[in-house]
Amino acid sequence: MGKLMAMSDVAAKENQVSDAQSEAIRVTDLHKSFGALEVLKGVSLTAHKGDVVAIIGGSGSGKSTFLRCINFLETPSSGQIVVNGEEIQMRADGTPVHRKQIERIRTRLGMVFQAFNLWTHRTLLENVIEVPVYVLNVPRAAAIERAKVLLDRVGLGDKADTFPSFLSGGQQQRAAIARALAVDPSVMLFDEPTSALDPELVGEVLTVIRDLAAEGRTMLLVTHEMKFAREVATHVVYLFEGRIEEQGPPAELFGNPKSARLKQFLQTVG
Amino acid sequence: MELILETLGLAKSAELLSLSPPGWGGNLLRGLVNSLQIAFGAFGFGLIIGLFGASGKLYGGVVLRDLLAIYTTVIRAVPELVLILILYYVGTDLINQVSQALGYGRVEISGVVAGIWVLGIVQGAYATEVLRGAIQAVPTGQIEAARAYGMPPMLLMRRVTIPAMMSYATPGLANLWLIATKDTALLAIVGFSELTLETRQAASSTRAYFTFFLAAGALYLIVTLFSGVIFARIEKWARRGQPSLKGTGR
Ligand SMILES: Nc1ncnc2c1ncn2[C@@H]1O[C@H](COP(=O)(O)OP(=O)(O)O)[C@@H](O)[C@H]1O
Ligand SMILES: [Mg+2]
Repeated sequence: MGKLMAMSDVAAKENQVSDAQSEAIRVTDLHKSFGALEVLKGVSLTAHKGDVVAIIGGSGSGKSTFLRCINFLETPSSGQIVVNGEEIQMRADGTPVHRKQIERIRTRLGMVFQAFNLWTHRTLLENVIEVPVYVLNVPRAAAIERAKVLLDRVGLGDKADTFPSFLSGGQQQRAAIARALAVDPSVMLFDEPTSALDPELVGEVLTVIRDLAAEGRTMLLVTHEMKFAREVATHVVYLFEGRIEEQGPPAELFGNPKSARLKQFLQTVG
Repeated sequence: MELILETLGLAKSAELLSLSPPGWGGNLLRGLVNSLQIAFGAFGFGLIIGLFGASGKLYGGVVLRDLLAIYTTVIRAVPELVLILILYYVGTDLINQVSQALGYGRVEISGVVAGIWVLGIVQGAYATEVLRGAIQAVPTGQIEAARAYGMPPMLLMRRVTIPAMMSYATPGLANLWLIATKDTALLAIVGFSELTLETRQAASSTRAYFTFFLAAGALYLIVTLFSGVIFARIEKWARRGQPSLKGTGR
């Protein structure tokens, strides 16, 4: 078994080299410590265009930290991050060399948070046009037109002028997805997008994400919805205490887990 | 009209308060305008100081934070009247020394500018604390979302932090504005002809103390009521994204 894994690893490596063009994100040997606590202990991950990478793992295993390091919401301690073929320039301590580069790359990564984090003083439409208009300098009229299409698409066309706090969690999260789509991201980063939702609202958000996966959006998806991960992911990564314990295609990882820890994890989450 | 005033025995007061001489109403209104001008300028200046002060306290380095802590502590500890005397005389003295050193001779400092400067520095200390609290009340997720979408710091401040903190800051800022209108009265001590000084002059020239101070009191009250209406509107606007607490069960 171990040999088989190693061989597929080599094959994957060769793939990487041959089609660097199709690489959306490549993270190499990422480390992150908070003080003395080492949360990421060397994580490497490549997502090609159109990949849906599901990241699973127990609470505190470093899933959020990993996503947040990719767009530098957390400063990595060391490692290499390449987005769309552009390497983020880091100093020895992990801090970015050019703030502008980080800001530019961030606009290519649409992040969706567990707690939605919509701007509560702006309507849904204003939330969706905010980044295109003020960061990307898209003409306002064009941004509004596109925002309306996106809100329609997530089923909120009639709520464009409503403020987020007046909506359900599911509606807010769908609006947050529209906000992410508004920048036409090359990679979407989802951090447990349904974990803050009442069970009956989870489905409507998953439906939207499923659609996005089906149209070939590249995404990294941290989730506790194992059934969903198995269904939409092209690749699944299991994190355990800051390391990738096991990874592979969903059918293999869920159907035939090799590591004892993953087996146990899958049992506990059901 | 005159008959009513006559029967109420207010004819004399009406005459004293008439807008044209020999009435003193015009002087009182000029005093009010001066007061409002200073209050407005000082409030605005204080807001600017407050915005920088709050940012400095929250995001600045150690030295800046310490300096700001000294500023807000000292200003808020010393009685305003004393501060006004110190800042006014120290300020005018400094400007004159500088101007003399540069060979310009003594300069006449406008009362309005001096008043705005002095009260603005006092207001700035309070505004720093009001705004710092308000900024800290903004949910961190909203600021994080803005960062995650590539907003540079100044844009983030302008588009997210400031509008989002407005609902937390307005009540405190409304208080500061009312304090500013009334603190202008303290400038009487340095001889600036704002409403209180004008009132005192009118009163002592005519011996009609009651009439004039009552009139001045009414003017201050009108300003307060009017401000209340304006700030209520601002607050309503600032809270536009938040469901009201009314109607939710207790
Ligand atoms: N800002 C921080 N400061 C200190 N420790 C943190 C911080 N953020 C996360 N951690 C710690 O890092 C570990 C991993 O956190 P996280 O990435 O949020 O895990 P997950 O998302 O997998 O539940 C946890 O032990 C958490 O307490
Ligand atoms: Mg997490």
